[in-house]
Amino acid sequence: MRTLTIRRWREPSILPGFGLSLGLALAWLAAIVLIPLSALVIRPWELGVDGVWRTLTDPRVLASLRLSFGVSAAAALVNAPLGLLVAWVLVRYRFPGRRLLDACIDLPFALPTAVAGIALTAIYAPTGPLGGLFAKVGIKTAYSPIGIFIALLFIGLPFVVRGVQPVLQDLDREVEEAAETLGASNFQRVTQVVLPAVMPALLTGVGLAFARAVGEYGSVIFIAGNMPGVSEIAPLLIVIKLEQYDYAGAAAVGLAMLAISFGALLVINLIQTRLSQRGAA
Amino acid sequence: MNRPRTFEAPGIAPLLILLAVAIMAVLIVLPLATVFIEAFRKGLPGFRQALVDPDAISAMKLTLKVAAISVPLNAVFGLAAAWAITRFEFVGKSALLALIDLPFSISPVVSGLVWVLLFGAQGWFGEWLADHDVQIIFTTTGLVLATILVTLPFVARELIPLMQEQGADEEAAAITLGAGGLTTFFAITLPNVKWALLYGVLLCNARAMGEFGAVSVVSGHIRGETNTLPLHIEVLYNDYNFVGAFAVATLLAGLGLVTLLLKTALEVRYAGELSATRKH
Repeated sequence: MRTLTIRRWREPSILPGFGLSLGLALAWLAAIVLIPLSALVIRPWELGVDGVWRTLTDPRVLASLRLSFGVSAAAALVNAPLGLLVAWVLVRYRFPGRRLLDACIDLPFALPTAVAGIALTAIYAPTGPLGGLFAKVGIKTAYSPIGIFIALLFIGLPFVVRGVQPVLQDLDREVEEAAETLGASNFQRVTQVVLPAVMPALLTGVGLAFARAVGEYGSVIFIAGNMPGVSEIAPLLIVIKLEQYDYAGAAAVGLAMLAISFGALLVINLIQTRLSQRGAA
Repeated sequence: MNRPRTFEAPGIAPLLILLAVAIMAVLIVLPLATVFIEAFRKGLPGFRQALVDPDAISAMKLTLKVAAISVPLNAVFGLAAAWAITRFEFVGKSALLALIDLPFSISPVVSGLVWVLLFGAQGWFGEWLADHDVQIIFTTTGLVLATILVTLPFVARELIPLMQEQGADEEAAAITLGAGGLTTFFAITLPNVKWALLYGVLLCNARAMGEFGAVSVVSGHIRGETNTLPLHIEVLYNDYNFVGAFAVATLLAGLGLVTLLLKTALEVRYAGELSATRKH
C-alpha cells in the first residue's frame, strides 16, 4: 500500500498562538544569542587563517589555554570522588543537620562569583587562615595555579553532587543486598554494583563542572594572581585583548575556548554512550 | 527510615559523614562565613560607611535597574518559548532547545565580548552608532544586553519540562468550549505554572544581580555610573579597601542566601508543581 504522506513542518493543533509564541521566541533568540554569537564565529577570520593561527599559538595565549583547560580538568576530576562521597552521605545516611548540609550544596550556585572570589582569596592568601597554614609548609595557594584549582573546586562541586544524587536515590538496594548475600565484600559492592550504576551520571556532573570551570572568571581572577604565562586564565586574556582594542584576537581566543569545550563535551558524551550500552548489555 | 544496614562495617557511616561535613565546611561554608567576618573587621561603623557611600548606593540602584529590565524580558521569552515548544509539534524543536541552553555553556566573558564585537568602537555597528551618537558599550544598555544573554535560559528551562509533563489537555478543553486564547492562557496555563515561573524568575534574578564576568567586559568601570554591585566590589578590592569590598559583598551574599532559602522552600512546599527534575 502506498500512502502519500505530505510532511508538514508542523502538526495541526487546535491551540492558538503558535505563530506569536514561536515568533517571539525566535526573534529574541536571534537578537540575543544568534547574531551576537555569529560575530564571535566570524570576526576572528578578519586576521586570516594565518593570523588566527599566530594568535592562538602565541606563547602567552597557548599558556593561558593550557592553564584554563588543564586546571579545569584537574578540578573536575578531583571533584568526582569528593562529590560522590558527599552525595552518598546525603542519600544513604540519616543524621542531624542533613537537610542543612543538602541546602549548602547549592551555595556556590547562589553566591555571586565576585563574592566567592574575594572570599576565597582572603582565606587562601598567605595572611589568610588556610593560606597561612599552607605557607608554613612552603606551598603558595593564592596567587598561583593552586589558587585557581581551589576556586574551580568550589565552583564545580555542586554539579557533581546534584548529578549523582538522584541516581543514588533510585539505586535498587536489593541488588546490593543480593551481592552481599552472595558474599561480596564492601569494596566489591561499591566498585561492582554502585559505581557502574552511577558512572554515567558522575560523568555528566564532571563534564558540567569542567565546562563551567573553563569559562569561569569572577571567582578565579582575584585568587589567581594573573601572572602572564603562569596563572593567567584564557577568559582574562580575552579581557586584556579587548582593552587593547584587539577585537579579532579576543574573538579568536573566545572561539578557540568554545571549540575545545564542545570537543571535550563531545568526548564525554561518547564515553557515556559507551558506558550505558555496556550497562544495558 | 529504618533500612537494613546489616552489611556495613561498623564505624564506616560516622566516618564518611564526618568526612563529607568536613569537605563541605572547608570548601563551601568557610568562604560564605569569611564574607561576613571580613565585612565586620572594623566593626559596625566600617561596615555602615561602605554601604552609605554614594558610589555604593548608585551601584545598588544600577543593579536593581538592570535586573528589573532583564528579568521580566527573559520571563516573557521563557513563557513564549515554553508555549511554542510544549504545545505544538514542529520541525527543528530540538535545535531550538539546544539554542536556548547555549548561553549556559559559554563563558561569561564571551557573553560580554560578543556585544563589544557588535557595538564597540570597532564593532560591526560601531561606526554607524558613533555617527548617530548612540552609545551601547560602557552604558546601562550594554549591561542589560550582557545580563539578558547570561540569564536567558533560566525561566524557559524551568517551564519547558513542567509544561511538557502537564500536557495540553486542559487548554485544549478550554478552547473547545469556546474560550479565547488569552483567557485560556491567563485562566489555565499561568495558574498551572505559577510556582515554576516564580522559581525560574528567582534564579534568573539572582544571576542577573550577581553577574560579574559578562558585565565587567561591557561596563568600562565608570564609578557611580556603570558599576553594578559586583563590579563595585572589584573596584573597592583593587583599591585595597577590603572591609568596603566585603561589606558590599554581604549584600550579594544575603541575596544569594535569601534566594537559596526561597528556592528550597518552593521545592519542599510545591514539589509537585515544579519540574520533574526539581522533585526531591
